[in-house]
Amino acid sequence: MTDVTVNDDESEDRRQRPPRAVVGSSLDREEEVFGKAYDPKIVRRIWAFVKPYQKQIYISVAAVLIFTLTQLAIPLIIRFAIDKGMAAGGGGRVVLLWAIAGFAATIAINFVASWVQESVVGKAAENVLFDMRRAMFEHLQRVSLSWMDKTEVGRLMSRLMGDVNSMQEFLETSVLSVGDIVLLFGIIGVLLWLDPMLGAITMATMPILFIVRLFWLPPAKLSFMAAHHTNSSANGALAEGINGVRTVQSLDRQRVNFDLYEEKAHTNLRAHLRAAKFAQVMVPIVDTLTGISMATVIVVGGQMVLGHQIEVGVMVAFLFYIQRFFDPIRSLTMQYSVFQRAMSSGQRITEVLDVPVNIEDKPDAVALTGEMDGSVEFKNVTFGYRKNQPVLKNVSFRVNPGETVAIVGPTGSGKSSCMSLVHRFYDVWDGSVTVGGRDVRDVTQDSLGAEVAMVLQEPFLFTGSVIENIRYNKESATREQVIDAAKAVGAHDFIMSLADGYDTKLEQRGGNLSLGQRQLISFARALVADAKILVLDEATANIDSYTEMLIQRALKRLLEGRTGLVIAHRLATIRGADRIIVLQNGELLESGNHEQLMNKQGLYAKLYTMNYSSFDDMPENGDEAPPTGKAT
Amino acid sequence: MSHVEATQAGKGLSTLWRIMVLTWRHPWMVTVTIISTIIACGLQLWVPRLIGQAIDHSEGVLDGGAGAVDALWTTAWVLLAVSIGRGVFTMWMNYFGEAVGHHTAYELRLAVYEKIQRLSFSYHDKVHTGDLITVGMLDLEGVRMFFATGVLRVVLLSILIGVGAYMLISTDLVLGLLALSFAPFVGWRSSVAQLTLRATWLTLQEMLQNLSRVMEENLGGIRVVRAFAGQNHELRKYDEASDAALALAHKRVDIRVASTSLMNLSFLLSMGLVLWVGGEKVLSGEMTVGTLASFLTFMTILQMPVRQLGLLVNSFARASTCGNRLFAFLDLEIEIKDKPGAVPLKVTEGTLRFENVDFAYPSAPTRQVLQKVSFEARRGETIGIVGRPGSGKSTIAHLIPRFYDVDGGKVTIDGQDVRDVTLASLRQSVAVVQQDSFLFTTNIENNIAYGDPWAKEQRIARASEFAQLHNYIIGLPTGYDTIVGERGVSLSGGQRQRLNIARSLMLRPSVMVFDDSTAAVDAGTEQRIRTAMKRFAKDRVTLIISHRLSSLMHADQILFIEEGAITERGTHEELLALGGRYRALYDLQVKPGDDALEAAE
Repeated sequence: MTDVTVNDDESEDRRQRPPRAVVGSSLDREEEVFGKAYDPKIVRRIWAFVKPYQKQIYISVAAVLIFTLTQLAIPLIIRFAIDKGMAAGGGGRVVLLWAIAGFAATIAINFVASWVQESVVGKAAENVLFDMRRAMFEHLQRVSLSWMDKTEVGRLMSRLMGDVNSMQEFLETSVLSVGDIVLLFGIIGVLLWLDPMLGAITMATMPILFIVRLFWLPPAKLSFMAAHHTNSSANGALAEGINGVRTVQSLDRQRVNFDLYEEKAHTNLRAHLRAAKFAQVMVPIVDTLTGISMATVIVVGGQMVLGHQIEVGVMVAFLFYIQRFFDPIRSLTMQYSVFQRAMSSGQRITEVLDVPVNIEDKPDAVALTGEMDGSVEFKNVTFGYRKNQPVLKNVSFRVNPGETVAIVGPTGSGKSSCMSLVHRFYDVWDGSVTVGGRDVRDVTQDSLGAEVAMVLQEPFLFTGSVIENIRYNKESATREQVIDAAKAVGAHDFIMSLADGYDTKLEQRGGNLSLGQRQLISFARALVADAKILVLDEATANIDSYTEMLIQRALKRLLEGRTGLVIAHRLATIRGADRIIVLQNGELLESGNHEQLMNKQGLYAKLYTMNYSSFDDMPENGDEAPPTGKAT
Repeated sequence: MSHVEATQAGKGLSTLWRIMVLTWRHPWMVTVTIISTIIACGLQLWVPRLIGQAIDHSEGVLDGGAGAVDALWTTAWVLLAVSIGRGVFTMWMNYFGEAVGHHTAYELRLAVYEKIQRLSFSYHDKVHTGDLITVGMLDLEGVRMFFATGVLRVVLLSILIGVGAYMLISTDLVLGLLALSFAPFVGWRSSVAQLTLRATWLTLQEMLQNLSRVMEENLGGIRVVRAFAGQNHELRKYDEASDAALALAHKRVDIRVASTSLMNLSFLLSMGLVLWVGGEKVLSGEMTVGTLASFLTFMTILQMPVRQLGLLVNSFARASTCGNRLFAFLDLEIEIKDKPGAVPLKVTEGTLRFENVDFAYPSAPTRQVLQKVSFEARRGETIGIVGRPGSGKSTIAHLIPRFYDVDGGKVTIDGQDVRDVTLASLRQSVAVVQQDSFLFTTNIENNIAYGDPWAKEQRIARASEFAQLHNYIIGLPTGYDTIVGERGVSLSGGQRQRLNIARSLMLRPSVMVFDDSTAAVDAGTEQRIRTAMKRFAKDRVTLIISHRLSSLMHADQILFIEEGAITERGTHEELLALGGRYRALYDLQVKPGDDALEAAE
C-alpha cells in the first residue's frame, strides 16, 4: 500500500541472498572435545561403576583369551592334519582322525567361549550404563535449584543419554580389544614359531600398515566427524522447518529457507562423499599389503617347501594367518578414538556427578508432622542468588495458622523468592524461615514437601493420565478423592468432556489442554496433596473471563482451612486475602488489610487506584530487567 | 521447486522398484558400481585357486623340479596383481555404491523439505511433528541404504555364492557340498536374527525415548518435583522405564550372541568336515593338498558374505517399510495451493471483506465453526472480535491468509477472492500475529526479520520499539545478537508475544491480525503497544481478536462471536447501550466481584 515505493527500492537486493537469514540452530552443538585417550582420574571414576561387575569382567576376559587361542589353533590343526596326516610318510588316517577330533574339540570350546565373552560383556556393559545414568539422575534430584536454574535441560539430557551411550561403545569394545591384542601377538608368535625366517619376511608389511594408518587416521577422523556434524546440522534444520512450519508459511519464507536448506544438504552430501573416500581408500592398501605378504609366502615359502626346509602344511597355515592379521590392527587403531570419545564423555558425566548438593537434611533433622500449627514466619530474612546482590533484605512477617496472606509488588520485588524459601529451595543468607515454629533447615525436606503444597505460576503437567497428574506422588489418594478434588476446584466438567475422562492421556506438558485447564489441574493436585500450608504463585497470563471465574472459585476452595501464602496479581485475589504484604526492591514496604493500606495512601493505594487488572504493572518500571535466573 | 515432482518418477510401481528408479537417476555411478562389483567378485574368486595352485607347485605335484620355481614366481605375481585389483575394484564398488545412496538421499531430503513447507495447516494439524521427523530422517536413511546394502549385495552374493558354488562343485561334488553346507543355516539364522534385532531395536528406541521423556520432564518440572517432595516418586517412574529398557537390552544381547555363536559354530563345523573328507581324499590320492587348501580358503572368503545375507534381508525389509512411508508422504495431495493461472494480489483500496463465510475444520467436518460470517473493513479501520474460547474468533484470522479455505462464501481483498491470487503475494499482504509462535534458535535480530531477511537494522529496531521490546533487548549483554529459541536464552510468554508482534510489523502488511497476541503481555505494556500501533494502523486494516475487552474496546467496530456467528456488532458504546452479551462480559471484567460472576452465568 503506502509502503510500496519503499519496497521497490529494496527489491534490487531481494534477488540476492538475504544477508542474515539462517535455517537450523545458530548454536553449535557441544564440540566434541579431543581429550586424552587415557586420564587416570576419569578411569578411576568409571571403574567405580564397573567394579560391581568385576566378576563378569574377569570371566569375559578369560573367555576372550580362550576364544582367541582357539582361533589361533585352527590353522595349526589344519597344518598338523596336512603335514602329519596327509603328507607322504605321515601318520596317515589315524593322525588325520586325531586332528579331526582335535578340531572338533577346539570348535566346541570356541563356541562356548564366544558365547560367554559376548553375552557376559554385553550385559555387564549395559548394566554399567544404566547404573551410571541412574546415579546421575538420582544426583540431579538433590542438587540445588540455583544450579538447575542456570543449566539447560537440553545439555543435561545430552549427558544423560548421549554421553552415557558413547560409554557403551567403549565398555563393549575394550574387553574385545584385549582379544585383538592377544590375537595380534598370538599370530606374530605362531608365525615366528612355525618358521622364524619366513615369519619375519611375511610380517614385514605389518609395520607399513601401522604407519599408513597413523597418517591416515587424523584426517580420516576429521572427515568422519565432519560428516556426522553436517548430518546433524541438516537434520536440525529439518526439525526446525517442521516445528516452525506455521510461522514459515505465514511469513512466506519458504523460498529463502529452501535455498538455505539446500546449501546445508549439499554441504552434508560433500562431507559424506569425502568421508566415504577416506573410509574406502584403506581397502586397496590393505589388499595390496595382503597380496605382497601372500606372494612372499608363495615365492619364499614355496621354495622352502620344494627344498624340504618346511612342510607344506606350514605354508598353508601361513596363508591362513595372513588373511587374518590385518583385522586386529584395523580395530586397534579404531579403538584409540573410542578411548578418546569415552574419556571426554566420562569427563562430562563426572562433572554432573560432582555438582555439589547444597541443601541436605541435617543429620538430626526431624520430620514435620501434621500436628504442627501451620504458621509461617520470616525473621529478618536476607537472601539473594548472586553474591552481594540480595533479593530480599531483612524481611520479617508472620502468617498465622489458617490465615491467607497476599504478597504483592512489582516485578523483581522478591515475591517468588519468598515462596521458594518457605519450601527451602534455597537457604537464606541471614535470618530464618520457620514453618510450624520450626526452622525449615531443621526438618527433613520430604516432610516439608508433604506439609507445604505449592502451586506454581506456570502449571507443569507430566505425560500420563489426568488422574496420575492430580494424584502425583500421593499414592494413597483413591480415585474418589481425586475426583472430589477435581470437583472442588471445578475441573471435573472439562475432565469428563475429554475422550477418556480421568484416564485421558495428556500430551507432553499437557499440550492438549488450555492454560486455564492446566491451572485447574494443578490446583486439584495441590488439593489432593492435602497439606496444612499452601504456597501459590498466581498466574499472570490473561485467561478468558469464564475460566478466570472458575479459577477464582477454586482458589477460595483451596485456601479453606489452610494457611495460605499467595503471590497475587489479581485484584479479586488480593481483596480476598486476610492480609496484604507489599514488597518493593526486596524490602517490606507496607502490610495490612485492604482498607488499612488504602488509608495509608502508599504504593498499594497508588497501584489500586490505577485500576490495572494486574498488580505487576508499575508504570514507572515498565520494562523488565534482563533475566537473572527464573526466580525473581 | 521441482524436487517433489522429480520423486514422482516411478509412481505406481512397488516401493522397492520406485527406489530403483530414483537410484537410476545416477546411471553413470550405478554402472560403475555394478561393473566394479562384478570384477571385484571375479578377482576374489580367483584367489583360492591361485593359493591352491601355489601349494601344488611347491609340492612339485605338477612338474616337479626346476620349473616349479618359475611357476611359483608366476603365481605370486598374478596373486599380487589380483589382490591389488581386488582392492581397487572393491574400493570403487563401496565408494560409488555409497555415493549413489548419498546422492539419492540428497535429492530426497530436498523433496521432503519442500513438501513439508508446502503442506497446508490442515495436514500439520493432524500429524505429529515427531512422525514427520521420522520420515525425514530415519525413513530417508532406510531408503538411502537400500542401494549399497540391498541391491549391490544381491549382485555380490549371487556372484560369489553362485559362481563359487559352481567352481567348488565342479571340482569335487561331495567336498563342494560340504564346503557350502554352512551357507543355508547361516543365511537363515542371520536373516532371522537381523529381523528380530531390528524389531526389538525399534521397541528399545521407544523405551529409551520413554526414559528420556521421564528424565526431561523431571528436569523441566524440577520445581514441581521438589515442591511436592516427589523425588522418590520420580525415581520409581525412572526405574520402571529404565528396568524395562535394560531387560530388553539384555534380551537383544542374547539374540545377537546366540546367532553369532551359532553361525560361527556351523561355519567351523563344515570346515572340519571338509578337512576330514578332504583329508581322506588326499590320503587316497584322489585330491592334492593344494585343492584342499583352496577349498578351505574359499570357505573363509565365503563366510562374510553369507553372514551378510541377514543384513540383505534386513535392508529389503527396512527399505520397503521406510520407502512406503516416505513415498506416501511425498505423494500427498496439497490442499491449499495456487490455482492454475493465479495472479499476484493487487492491493488498491485495501478493503477486506468476508461474505457469508461458512467453515468447518477438515479434522472435524461435522462441527460448523463459522456460519454466514460477513463483515467489511476498510483501510485505517480497526475491527475488534470478541467471544468465548471455541467461539470461532481465531478461525476468522486463519481464513484471511488461507491457512484454511472457506467451505462457503468468500473472503476478498479489494474484490479479489483470496483463492484466486498467489499464496506468496497473499501472505506478504496479510500478517497474523498468533498467540504462540515459534522462536527460531538464532539471534533476536534474525527472529524479528524472519519474514524480511533483507531488512535494514534500523527498521528492525523500529519494529521492536513499536512492540515495546527494544528496551529489553538493548538491556541484554549481547543485545540484538542474543540467541533465543529452544536452546538459547528463554523469553517469557509476554516477551515472545512482543517479539512476534515486531516480526509481523516487519512485513508491512495490508491486513494485520492480532490473534490474542497480547494475552501474556501485562496490561501496562499492552497499553503502550496499542498507542504505538495507532500510527501504524492508519495504513492498513487491523483486526484485534481478544477476550480482554480493554484490548479492543477502542475499535471502530466490534464483532461479538458466539458459536461461529456474529451475534452483536457495533462500537463499544453502542454495544454497551445494547445491554446484551457484550455488556455482560464487560461487567464481568471490570467488576470481578462474585455478583457479576453470577450475573454473567
